[in-house]
Amino acid sequence: MALDIGGKTIATDEEGYLENLNDWTPEVATAMALAEETPVALNDEHWEIINFLREYYEEYQIAPAVRVLTKAVGKRLGADKGNSKYLYSLFPYGPGKQACKYAGLPKPTGCV
Amino acid sequence: MAMLHIVNKSPFERNALKSCLAHALAGDAVLLIEDAVIGAVSGTSLASELQAAMSEQAVSIYALGPDLSARGVSEQRMLDGIQVVDYAGFVDLTVANEKTQSWL
Amino acid sequence: MAKKFIYLNRKAPYGTVYALESLEVVLIAAAFEQEVTLAFLDDGVYQIAKGQNPKALGMKNFSATYNALGDYGITQFYVERESLAERGLSEDDLMPIVYEDEDDDYAEKPSVRVVSRAEMAQIMADQDVTFSF
Repeated sequence: MALDIGGKTIATDEEGYLENLNDWTPEVATAMALAEETPVALNDEHWEIINFLREYYEEYQIAPAVRVLTKAVGKRLGADKGNSKYLYSLFPYGPGKQACKYAGLPKPTGCV
Repeated sequence: MAMLHIVNKSPFERNALKSCLAHALAGDAVLLIEDAVIGAVSGTSLASELQAAMSEQAVSIYALGPDLSARGVSEQRMLDGIQVVDYAGFVDLTVANEKTQSWL
Repeated sequence: MAKKFIYLNRKAPYGTVYALESLEVVLIAAAFEQEVTLAFLDDGVYQIAKGQNPKALGMKNFSATYNALGDYGITQFYVERESLAERGLSEDDLMPIVYEDEDDDYAEKPSVRVVSRAEMAQIMADQDVTFSF
């Protein structure tokens, strides 16, 4: 699979994750969200989580498991955001899978 | 709570056997398989270490017969005290010991 | 009842895939909420050495990931003193990996404990399940 962004072709795997993590730009995230079966227009709340994930990956070199993400978001952004209900409302396909994909991260290890 | 330690690399190439012997406790068994069986030969630089493990540490040492035969090591050339087992003996060892640990 | 799992790490990182494979299995197994212990002995002590930078090899610096394991409930890193000494290393050459203790107001505590070879042998003997890498 591939995404076409401003004339540039960006390779993704069969689940839509980037083949090359360095290909990520904010435009890539926007395009991935719009390419969903039900297109998603990313808002500030989405970006807050996407940016958080990118920082997490930069520091630890892994995409966090959902349980770990939830806890870490709660610590950083407050308890009203550090819960599954909030994260699933933003990313209904699963915060681990969907948000990591938009953030240009690999699929979380142990994510089944 | 005895443990079966399995070593499959030559002790002349890797430190797996050495490290294994340094961590085996009294009553444990060590099984040499694949290239590790060349450590079971008598007269090697490791012989005294293996003998000490058997007599002082009370560790039993076994070597897998088919791997010895494949490498042309006859039973007469083996270090005293090391016991030869066949595949069925290998299975018996895994049953007789509560746990198994491989030294890769 | 939770079983005690130990992951034995005996290889240096980057030269073979053992270290990375072990870490990936640890991350996957963390989801099953068992009691997990990581042991670093022989060349495995290099897996948590400070200052790793495999960039020029084109490989990921997965040493950063050990710092995330506390959040996965993995807080017991045992390192063998003799293995360090044989390699000219000391505890100061290891990454200062910590975890936050939820039962103690999230105080940061060290995850790494340097133990003797005899203690390591006993730690191994005390486990229910052993994974060797």
